[in-house]
Amino acid sequence: MCGIVGLLLKKPALHDRLGELMVPMLIGMTERGPDSAGMAVFGACLPEQQRKISVYSGLTDDGAAYDWVGLADAVNAALKVHATPVIKGNHAVLTFEGPAEPVKAFVKTFDAKLHLLSAGRSIELYKDIGTPAEVAARYDFAHLGGSHLVGHTRMATESAVTPDRAHPFTAGEDFCLVHNGSLSNPNGVRRMLEPRGIRFETDNDTEAACRFLEWRLREGDTLHDALQKGFEALDGFYTFLMGTATELALIRDPFACKPAVVAETDDYVAIASEFRSLAHLPDVKHARVFEPAPEEMYVWKI
Amino acid sequence: MEDLSFDLAVQTVRALNQFLHGPADTLAGRHVRVSNPDGAHNIAVGINAPVKVTIEGHAGYYAAGMNKFAEVVIEGSASTGVAENMMSGKVHVKGFASNSAGASAHGGLLVIDGDAGLRCGISLKGGDIVVGGSVGSFSGFMAQAGRMLVCGDAGDALGDSLYEAVIYVRGTIKSLGADAQIEPLTEADIASIAELLAAGGLQHEPASFRRVASARTLYHWNADADQEY
Repeated sequence: MCGIVGLLLKKPALHDRLGELMVPMLIGMTERGPDSAGMAVFGACLPEQQRKISVYSGLTDDGAAYDWVGLADAVNAALKVHATPVIKGNHAVLTFEGPAEPVKAFVKTFDAKLHLLSAGRSIELYKDIGTPAEVAARYDFAHLGGSHLVGHTRMATESAVTPDRAHPFTAGEDFCLVHNGSLSNPNGVRRMLEPRGIRFETDNDTEAACRFLEWRLREGDTLHDALQKGFEALDGFYTFLMGTATELALIRDPFACKPAVVAETDDYVAIASEFRSLAHLPDVKHARVFEPAPEEMYVWKI
Repeated sequence: MEDLSFDLAVQTVRALNQFLHGPADTLAGRHVRVSNPDGAHNIAVGINAPVKVTIEGHAGYYAAGMNKFAEVVIEGSASTGVAENMMSGKVHVKGFASNSAGASAHGGLLVIDGDAGLRCGISLKGGDIVVGGSVGSFSGFMAQAGRMLVCGDAGDALGDSLYEAVIYVRGTIKSLGADAQIEPLTEADIASIAELLAAGGLQHEPASFRRVASARTLYHWNADADQEY
């Protein structure tokens, strides 16, 4: 079991309330996923020449006391990219000039125990072990703003309970995926992707789906085409919720083994594994509530 | 009829269900309103009394499961397993129902005004299911007895490995399951359809439905068949 939540706010005036509206959604999925939680938030895009990366220090000896300013200074001394950190304990978002790859490579050489969570112009990512309420409080999810987000509560079934195996998973830039279910062929997908130079960071089945779909998008597929190839290549049970800088996308396996429900109003589109996580949303009693069909693609744009 | 209210914003599902499991003679004829259900699981399961329950919103998993004698109305949608293993009584979902609606029901009537998800009426053992909208794939799988009426469309593998249950469908059938076949409507079928439409408060021409039933070719082992699976 696991819980999935997603929220896309249609009106810019509501963007400041993204986190506040989302925290009860995440906590509502505690019974489905009590061991870890995570959230990817998409805000206004940085200018074309800038990038930001989310980095996790919980696996280092210093943990939440990590010297993030020291990291930023080292990045700037080596690469001269004007990196500035925004620090939340064992998570930091570094914003800098220029492409993400040199900075990501530098961070890994600087301290191999740092874990890169996301990269892009829009995405910021937080994930850790603990109940959804604990994780939400630890990173002050309630005060996060943005246009849309993808969240997850995990009940691990196929790989260990560790922060790097929590969801969302990311690949490339401004792309993330969360998963409720289990894949039966993740190793086959890995064996197909690894010779193409695609590296994996965990043994988690969801990472295979995430890297497969991002690979298709990078190869030039539209989101629609990438998801269609996903239906063909990925075997098992899944509800996937994906986020890009401008979209949320949802698919369910042909047997609809894992749940999903959507509530839509003039103000928002909210997605969750169960209605329990939507019940608190403003005016939800008048929302259009529906269950996404299996093997259909649902894409919502900001 | 005396009205009673439970507000699940402040009371627990357990308190509601313990009340609904009280002596049948004290519950008989009462009407229990459940406000703020908000997708909670197991609302009004295991009732064994002729009581009426109205759930004023969306219900979570297994609402009105194992129902006996009661009339349960869900004004919103129902999640997985609504009225599963119902024995008698009536369950009415005014919105849509998710997967496995009416699974393994032995009796009673399940009415779904909207669509039902996959595996509606799986392993049905008796009773009736009336769906105003469409049903998803694998509906009526291994259904043994009882009737299903679908006013909309049916997904893939309708009535796979069907026993003696009968399915009536008005819309398109994406595909029939193994051993399910379309049969001509008899006078008895027309009467059955009219009865089910009336039970569901629906108005369609009974003759516009098709009858899906078992071809019974899987009932006996066929040693001559080429045994490739």
